[in-house]
Amino acid sequence: MNRRQVFVNGIIKENPVLILLIGLCPTLAVSGSANDGFGMGIAATFVLIASNILISAVRKWTPDQIRIPVFIIIISTFVTIVDYTMHAADPVLYANLGVFVPLIVVNCIILGRAEAYAYKNDVISSTLDGIGMGLGFTLTITVLGAIREIIGNGTITLLNYELLNLGEGFKPALMFIMPPGAFLVMGLLIALNRLLIRKRG
Amino acid sequence: MISNDMTWYMIIISAVLINNIILIRFLALCSFFGVSNKLETSIGMGMAVIFVIVIAGAASWLLWHYLLLPLKLEYLRTAAFILVIAGLVQFLEMYMRKAMPALYHAMGIYLPLITTNCAVLAVALLVVDYNLGFINTLIYSVSVPVGYTLSIILFAGIRERIDIAPIPKFLKGYPIIFITASMMSMAFLGFSHLFGL
Repeated sequence: MNRRQVFVNGIIKENPVLILLIGLCPTLAVSGSANDGFGMGIAATFVLIASNILISAVRKWTPDQIRIPVFIIIISTFVTIVDYTMHAADPVLYANLGVFVPLIVVNCIILGRAEAYAYKNDVISSTLDGIGMGLGFTLTITVLGAIREIIGNGTITLLNYELLNLGEGFKPALMFIMPPGAFLVMGLLIALNRLLIRKRG
Repeated sequence: MISNDMTWYMIIISAVLINNIILIRFLALCSFFGVSNKLETSIGMGMAVIFVIVIAGAASWLLWHYLLLPLKLEYLRTAAFILVIAGLVQFLEMYMRKAMPALYHAMGIYLPLITTNCAVLAVALLVVDYNLGFINTLIYSVSVPVGYTLSIILFAGIRERIDIAPIPKFLKGYPIIFITASMMSMAFLGFSHLFGL
């Protein structure tokens, strides 16, 4: 696999959420608006890239038997950094994401990539893999958030800026920004993704 | 939200039904979709999760109030909790294999899976966030996994029926399962504001 393929892999063919079905908890929980989803995606992507780089850098000195505890310490260090940074930089987003910020540490995507990729590959490839997987995750969670927000609230916000507003005349279906909407839209997105893949052969 | 001035049965109702860990709070979804295909495995998983969360909740509470707070090491919370949980599960597994072989065979295979179950870490973090006392922590950490077990058993029952139902081709497998979970979540949403919670 050349480096470009490594990068694109995470976005489409091995999209962590839609194909591999990992990292579901944050994807469903904080996709009530595109803004929250995007914030979560960026936070997880930062942790993913940083931990991929550090893990592949120290892979030659990490004994096989204790690699998982080492991964977890590295990951939780970056999660703590994100936790404190987000608390200071965007308190509203931090309050919306709540317990899911420290829970990035048990996000299966991050530990999964550490084990399956970063532990076996060089620093540059691992960085690209982190960026690709992170983008795949961010894209999925933001799209999910945007769909739920437009149907459930009539707006789309990104980076605290309102991109679209359907106005007063629109009667939102509140269910979509509540928990059932997350499961429903996610199920339909997986079905849609499958149809697209089948059509393209 | 759970707080110290709630009575014990309010905490139980809130954690089991109103804020059901899976269908309303979206935690532990990997294991929910992963092992809910058979009723038997769901029951085993549910029991193992109850066991681990109660012990992990109590251990994290003690760690936070007697070690991290007095030493002003609050920033080590995430790292310390996940390490304690992972170590604890490993230790429990070894102890159970030696001392209680029957119980180990019933739920031992699910134990390693639970280390990465976000519900365990979430309960540990939430009891600290909510600032609960020790007794309330115990009540809360029993109720949360009971809610988990309730929904995973109900869901497994439905999935066994889905397997033999005629379903449009592109919805087969995971899409229809997510849509079913959506319906169940809607049903649980009906519990909100019960007793003014």
